[in-house]
Amino acid sequence: MKILVAVKRVIDYNVQVRVKEDNTGVVTENVKMSTNPPDDNAIEEAVKIKESGKATEVVAVSVGEEKAQETVRKALAVGADRGILIKADGILEPLAVSKLLQKIVEKEKPDLVFMGKQAIDDDCNQTGQMLSSLLNWPQATFASKIEIKDKKLEVTREIDEGLETIEINIPAIVTCDLRLNEPRYASLPNIMKAKKKPIEQINASDLGVDTSPRIEQIKVEEPPKRKAGIKVKSVAELVQKLKNEAKVI
Amino acid sequence: MSVLLVAEHNNKELKPFTLNAVTAASQMDTDLHAVIIGNNCGDAAKKLSELPLVKKVIQVEAAHYENFVAENFAPVIVKLAANYSHVVCSANTFGKNLMPRIAASLDTSQVSDIIKVISADTFLRPIYAGNAFATVKSKDPKKCITIRPTSFDPCESSGGSAPIEKAEPSEEFNNTKFVKREEIKSDRPELGTARVVVSGGRGMQSGDNFKLITSVADKLNAAIGASRAAVDAGYISNDHQVGQTGKVVVPDLYIAIGISGAIQHLAGMKESKVIVAINKDGEAPIFSVADYGLEADLFEAVPQFIDELNKLNTIQK
Repeated sequence: MKILVAVKRVIDYNVQVRVKEDNTGVVTENVKMSTNPPDDNAIEEAVKIKESGKATEVVAVSVGEEKAQETVRKALAVGADRGILIKADGILEPLAVSKLLQKIVEKEKPDLVFMGKQAIDDDCNQTGQMLSSLLNWPQATFASKIEIKDKKLEVTREIDEGLETIEINIPAIVTCDLRLNEPRYASLPNIMKAKKKPIEQINASDLGVDTSPRIEQIKVEEPPKRKAGIKVKSVAELVQKLKNEAKVI
Repeated sequence: MSVLLVAEHNNKELKPFTLNAVTAASQMDTDLHAVIIGNNCGDAAKKLSELPLVKKVIQVEAAHYENFVAENFAPVIVKLAANYSHVVCSANTFGKNLMPRIAASLDTSQVSDIIKVISADTFLRPIYAGNAFATVKSKDPKKCITIRPTSFDPCESSGGSAPIEKAEPSEEFNNTKFVKREEIKSDRPELGTARVVVSGGRGMQSGDNFKLITSVADKLNAAIGASRAAVDAGYISNDHQVGQTGKVVVPDLYIAIGISGAIQHLAGMKESKVIVAINKDGEAPIFSVADYGLEADLFEAVPQFIDELNKLNTIQK
């Protein structure tokens, strides 16, 4: 069994994001970048499945600028066998990314495609579902547990009401929740080894997919600031304020 | 131009956020139709027809719609979408799972999780977990939009009498089977819709100490929330998590106890109307969003708080 894992390079989750002064986007120059956190869970799960003997190959793929190669390299350092970078500049919407991934799926013919449930930059939560729609494959989104049963997967999904379990036939798409597993850190020897693993580079323009944006970003602004509150000195004062001033209790 | 809203329900009743989604959809175009897909969902369809903003209800029934599997829902909505300019539903796990499947079939670039309708094609949406707001304009001929339910008021729920039309179901998708759903049952209000939320963080120090949070929540008929740190530490189950990777809540009153206020937590609660923070670290970022901050040891302050609430005796249901 072969597992393709899609990873995205995003601003690190610990960075306080700042809006550009000209309101065209957020500041990305000289900002720490990392793998989108739930994509780390996706790689971890694929590598665990390979280690259990149920998969033979894990291929990491990313779509983006040249530097996204670092994100692929990190996936290789935690256990993916080889990488693919689809090079594309500018804003890529999930629809375009899913069409590019569809081309890679057609070429690589994986049994499973894993990725994070959502990217923490555009917060779209679309790519996995769109890819699954384009391929007409089953989808298991927000997965917090995956069990492989022959040609099927039993997946537990995190839903608003609690947990849902579904059974899907392979080939399938799974989007991973942060609760799926605890991603490992790459050891130094594995980081060195990863440098020798191959990364195939493909230009998005060679895949015959129109990636031009369909959504015009008119402006990006700071969210409205909350006006500063006050500090109260005692519990009694707090309760009085909540009752008489805010009138919420 | 008309809008198709995808109703969320449990076959008997509408899910509360359907009313918020109706409000949002009606701001895109007042010619608003709603589709309800389910199994024996006549009661819920009737309730949908009673929403005054809904002009027509389309009911689609089949056994394979019983459990709301997206792979079954998407084809029927894609077919109906031929007659509409917009397809809309809530950006909760139901809509997040479903809408991109519809959008890809329609070759539409979806606009996710909007918090404001600026015009029929232009919307405001948070990005980077609410650290920036983007104004975006969809250039696709058909729009697929998910809305953040807590950013829109629920619509009127009675007085309407829209006609209910039946539509043909699509074929079953055989590669996905629903197995089971384990719903968290609670006497408390649901976290996503509660008027008051009381949340605990890593400062609680143990799962046992969450009893203090429970006591405050009992007094205020509140839902119980938690920071990711508290969930990761195993103090409480993850369905209580408030934040970027948990639930986004907008209650009238949010009480954060022993929560430092990591960016990812603030993203899930900073739109609350009134925020209270109790924390012994006066420099904690939670104080920057709190209307009322109390710098104190929670193990002293919270029992006092419960005593004071007892004195007031104003438990609001």
